[in-house]
Amino acid sequence: MTSREDILARVRAKLNRNPDNAATGRVAIEATLAARSQGPRPAVNPQKSALVERLIEKSLAYSSTVDQVATAAEAPAAVARYLTGLNLPLKAVVWPELARLDWSGSGLAVQARGAQDVDLVGITGCFCAIAETGTLMLCGSPDTPATVSLLPETHIAFVPASRIVSGMEEGFALARAELGQLPRAVNFISGPSRTGDIEQTIVLGAHGPYRVHLVLLTEE
Amino acid sequence: MESRARRFKSNSEAALANPVLQGNMRTAKGKFVDKRAISIKEIDDFEGTREAAKALRNRVIENLDLWLEKFEEIATARGATVLWAKDGAEICRHVVDIGKQHGIKKAVKSKSMLSEEAGLNLALEAAGIQPVETDLGEYILQINNNEPPSHIIAPVVHKGLDEVADLFHKVHKTPRKTEIPALTREAREVLREHFLTAEMGISGGNFLVAETGSVALVTNEGNGRMVTTLPRVHVVITGIEKVIPTLEDLSTLMRLLPRSATGQSISNYVSVLTGTKAAGDLDGPEHLYFILVDNGRADVVGSEFQDMLRCIRCGACMNHCPVYQTIGGHAYGWVYPGPMGSVLTPLYTGIENAIDLPHAATLCNQCGVVCPVKIPLPELLRKLREKQVEKNLRPWFERVAFRLWAWVASCPTLYGIGTWFAVRYLKWLAGGNQTIPILGAAPEWTRGRDFPAPEGKTFRELYAGRKS
Repeated sequence: MTSREDILARVRAKLNRNPDNAATGRVAIEATLAARSQGPRPAVNPQKSALVERLIEKSLAYSSTVDQVATAAEAPAAVARYLTGLNLPLKAVVWPELARLDWSGSGLAVQARGAQDVDLVGITGCFCAIAETGTLMLCGSPDTPATVSLLPETHIAFVPASRIVSGMEEGFALARAELGQLPRAVNFISGPSRTGDIEQTIVLGAHGPYRVHLVLLTEE
Repeated sequence: MESRARRFKSNSEAALANPVLQGNMRTAKGKFVDKRAISIKEIDDFEGTREAAKALRNRVIENLDLWLEKFEEIATARGATVLWAKDGAEICRHVVDIGKQHGIKKAVKSKSMLSEEAGLNLALEAAGIQPVETDLGEYILQINNNEPPSHIIAPVVHKGLDEVADLFHKVHKTPRKTEIPALTREAREVLREHFLTAEMGISGGNFLVAETGSVALVTNEGNGRMVTTLPRVHVVITGIEKVIPTLEDLSTLMRLLPRSATGQSISNYVSVLTGTKAAGDLDGPEHLYFILVDNGRADVVGSEFQDMLRCIRCGACMNHCPVYQTIGGHAYGWVYPGPMGSVLTPLYTGIENAIDLPHAATLCNQCGVVCPVKIPLPELLRKLREKQVEKNLRPWFERVAFRLWAWVASCPTLYGIGTWFAVRYLKWLAGGNQTIPILGAAPEWTRGRDFPAPEGKTFRELYAGRKS
């Protein structure tokens, strides 16, 4: 008997499984999957301005920084300002999805590709953002590689205001509606990477970025 | 990992006598408790959320075989290979086989308690595959001679800064650093190199989502993301009880897990990973394996201990346990310490191999109160104590003493005579003092506290006196 059969056989025996209750059980499973019932939710005001406000507040609480511009066209200038302010080079790796923006107009040298170890700045968009906890939801694809938000020390993310949702549930609902099935990698990111392993002292920049900077696109 | 739970008493005596450990445990003590208390206030209906989490975990366990089949079906359809392991040895066999099949030389690991259950690192080394722990705490332990973790989410909670500084200086051969950020940076640089060169990533799994055939990974450091993004092979090792139905259920649990564990509203990274690298993808593994592990879990299904399978491994029970806070995690002797460990260790490694653990609790129910999935831990500990009695596993003098006590207590005259002598003897022993510092019949009990001296009359005598 394979281990699979052995383990399942013992679980079945413990649950007094028989053909009848297996059939009922399978119906119950499909019903649970179809119902997608939610647990209690913290109150999040779903109005657009309130979602923006909450996302900013929670992102700051998670040690991210936030800037606001009207449209994506203005975002490269905001990036240049931010990098100059930190004395960082005006050089970045960006999501292929963002290659169309006028980067050189703001003095930025960008490459649209997946990130490598040497890249210091990674610029991404987001699939959506979650106001409840100040969280970015990123969905991987050839145009939105996961490494760009992971390997560089500085991660800059563009967040269109229209893509801010209340909670994780709305993020998943949006993914089902727009992408059909989940992509290989869905990453929820809340601020810079951190560790508290040594004496429970929080240090930013464990393995991922030291800095996460949100550029809110208020008119998009 | 071989259990040393049989040596609980001597382990905890050593822990109590270790001033460095005692200092480190005092440092850690309040932090987790306070942070959790603040963060749960952000949830309007915390109790309702706990109830919902309990219900959704129960829903799966009550039909676990069917949910596992469902998960397997969907994960396989998305390109993963699902393997099953009865015990730790089989986990090791699977991972080594996968490593050989794909020509792996180095494996980077994100935290997996199941790989601790299996002692996987030693097996990988023996097979010529270099395992590298990448969670900062687990890494510190690995370079310290594969020391076992003392906490399920804060593996080096027992260590102080000095110890880590010495260790890095010795192992990395770098100037000794004493600032925590500098030490963290040093580990980051050492481990970054490993992330970039390893061909295999090994992770645990916080949850398996049946709806999508995904694994959900929750980390703060980002090592979970590295391990599952860069290497060309990803192996997930997880217990069969970790299945949850839907992404909505994941959302509910994510309101509880980080708050209960570290007092965060959410962990920095939550990754939901499904299948392998798709056409055109610039990153992600080409091969994804799930190893679904029994190692004692199947036998708990349908038993009086089934509630324990709801556990989501947050560590709140140990953070709030007065016993854990005092002796630390190593004394428990196996992978899981604290109240959840005192239930899991006897269930997974044999009741007779962990006799003292169910007694290493005051049954104060702090653990039960903070458990995000409402596991009645004190009740389970009490049931394990009952099992020990049923199986005649208690020491002979305890059995004789309790039988004697049962006989005396069911015989009112005898009981009266016994207590008449006892109160007078104890009063004499106190010699006019309010307390007795050392009680010959219970020296261990009076080691940490004094026994209050009776006033010289039994309750019955006093009661009779009042009536007349």
